[in-house]
Amino acid sequence: MNYQVPNMLFALPEMVMLAMACVVLLFVAFTGNRKIQWSYGLSQLSLFAVLMTVIFSWGDTGTTFSATYIKDSLSDILKIAICLINMCVLLYSVEYLRARQLLQGEFYVLALFATLGMLIMVSANHFLTLYLGLELLSLCLYAMVAMHRDSVIATEAAMKYFILGAIASGMLLYGMSIIYGITGSLMLQEVAAAVYSSSSSDTILSFALVFIIIGIGFKFGAVPFHMWLPDVYHGAPTAITLFIAAAPKVAAFALLIRLLVDGLIDLQTYWQPMLMLMAVLSMIIGNVVAIAQTNIKRMLAYSTISHVGFLLMGVLSGTDAGYAASLFYTLIYALMTLATFGVILLMSRYGFEADNIDDYKGLSSQHPWLALLMMILMFSMAGIPPLAGFYAKLGVIKAVVDVDMMAVALIAVVMSVIGAFYYLRVIKVMYFDKTEEKCEFTYSGPAAFVLSINTLLVLALGIFPGLLMSICSTVFS
Amino acid sequence: MESVIFYIFAAILLFAATMVITVRNPVRAALFLVLAFFTSAGIWLMLEAEFLAISLVLVYVGAVLVLFLFVVMMLDIDLAPLKEGFTRYLPLGIIVAALIVVEMIAVLNAPQFDISAAQATDGSNTKMLGRLLYTVYVYPFEIASVILTVAIVAAITLTLREHHRKLQDPAKQVMVKSADRLRMVDLRSKKQDGEGSES
Repeated sequence: MNYQVPNMLFALPEMVMLAMACVVLLFVAFTGNRKIQWSYGLSQLSLFAVLMTVIFSWGDTGTTFSATYIKDSLSDILKIAICLINMCVLLYSVEYLRARQLLQGEFYVLALFATLGMLIMVSANHFLTLYLGLELLSLCLYAMVAMHRDSVIATEAAMKYFILGAIASGMLLYGMSIIYGITGSLMLQEVAAAVYSSSSSDTILSFALVFIIIGIGFKFGAVPFHMWLPDVYHGAPTAITLFIAAAPKVAAFALLIRLLVDGLIDLQTYWQPMLMLMAVLSMIIGNVVAIAQTNIKRMLAYSTISHVGFLLMGVLSGTDAGYAASLFYTLIYALMTLATFGVILLMSRYGFEADNIDDYKGLSSQHPWLALLMMILMFSMAGIPPLAGFYAKLGVIKAVVDVDMMAVALIAVVMSVIGAFYYLRVIKVMYFDKTEEKCEFTYSGPAAFVLSINTLLVLALGIFPGLLMSICSTVFS
Repeated sequence: MESVIFYIFAAILLFAATMVITVRNPVRAALFLVLAFFTSAGIWLMLEAEFLAISLVLVYVGAVLVLFLFVVMMLDIDLAPLKEGFTRYLPLGIIVAALIVVEMIAVLNAPQFDISAAQATDGSNTKMLGRLLYTVYVYPFEIASVILTVAIVAAITLTLREHHRKLQDPAKQVMVKSADRLRMVDLRSKKQDGEGSES
């Protein structure tokens, strides 16, 4: 057996992340919650260190660890996004967690290990690494949702998330095992080659594909596998909801691309209609049910479902331009979600969650800047030019129009018009509804500053989308 | 001869697995699970996968199930609420399960898997497995170890409640003063005083 010693330099981001996560774990174990500021600082430092290792190795491509690990431009850009997003998440959530006695060292340890799971997923070139990365991420997320033990609603959300997540992992694993049974390999390129030259009929391959798609659908929260999403978003503490909503979706995008495009591209005729059904249903149910919500976290959960529908639309087109449009959509979605939950986190304080839409009444007269930021975000999510959300929607709709799926494009346009209603309602509540109650709170410090930059970035990427779009299209060419 | 042994093992395995989910007593269910693991270890031995067979017995029978028995015996689990909806959901469950089975049989009617026979190695397969795990699969192997670490961290996070521990601090007990234990309360009725000043 000839075995090549792996080039470990490729996996430097993962190794730095693992080492730093262990350092933070030991630090927390020895200092408890007395030096929580230091744990926070160390966590930010480790994310920054990982970011630097990715940026400095930008452009190198190749596989290592016997081709279980891949480093390409897709993994680079997604890793940069994941690190930046999680740095913002940690920053936004400090005050919220402190006010609720949830600011424990374990939060940072689990967040760092979850980030490690995302990095592993993004760089996976093997069914086994993909699955293990996903499990590492999910395990951390289950524990984080359940961290607020005295809250009944959070415990219930964690139970639902755990059970449905475990079933989804089982489905994914079953699909992978059937693929292994047919192709005899777990490495993505070998699977692709074996599927291409497969003598056995496609029936059994598509049978395996069904299970894999169900697994992906669960992890994304696409209809009809979306049941967990509103409960988890609503039940988890807002800071944890933000953590779940932002970066894991970026990692799930990698899961989708690696499995369907890198591994099973020759089954496109089978996965295209399945994704189409999921995309259309997600857009319809997400947008229509969101209208009836009075809780802003639930509303954003249904809005996420509809965004997942749009995101799948780019991938189902099966073209490089479509994949690039989906990547662009994922990144913009993460940016918008990050800022929206950031506003909710700034608004909430001890004993007040700011999670009802009515809590935003008269925000414009008392905190005009915060209301302006929220307005930009809501307009962007609704897809109104010249904000980034518009170009993201335009890109994926163009992708399906290019492959002559006019019906899907039409549904997408109609649904984004319906979706505009509930986004605009938040703006109406903020600007036109008056309230006697004075919402007294102050916001300042680095979190508010970064939040402002984050939101203005949504505006800036709307005015100059070219740079990010060209990066996205070079990834898939 | 070999196939006869296989069918005996398979029959015992199926019987044990069915008993696990049908017996009332959870301790019995756990013991049937031991039987199921043992017979599947036997089947693995027949496939010349000694290492997997031994580790199944060592890890599952030796460690996991003993722990499981402890938990079952220590926790007083009331099974009545767990079985509440059983008969109500049974018809629907049977219909769904039967549909899935029929659909899967329809799709998988012909054997289409290329891997026909077990490809056991000539030498010790423990050695082969070890060599593979630490060379080709070293990266997934390391990730698995990280997952186990996270599982411990998560379990401790969710169960350790520091402020609920009942600890005695002898130093504090010795240093206690009478003022800490005894509170002097003025019991003169203030209401009467107030009435008195008014009148």
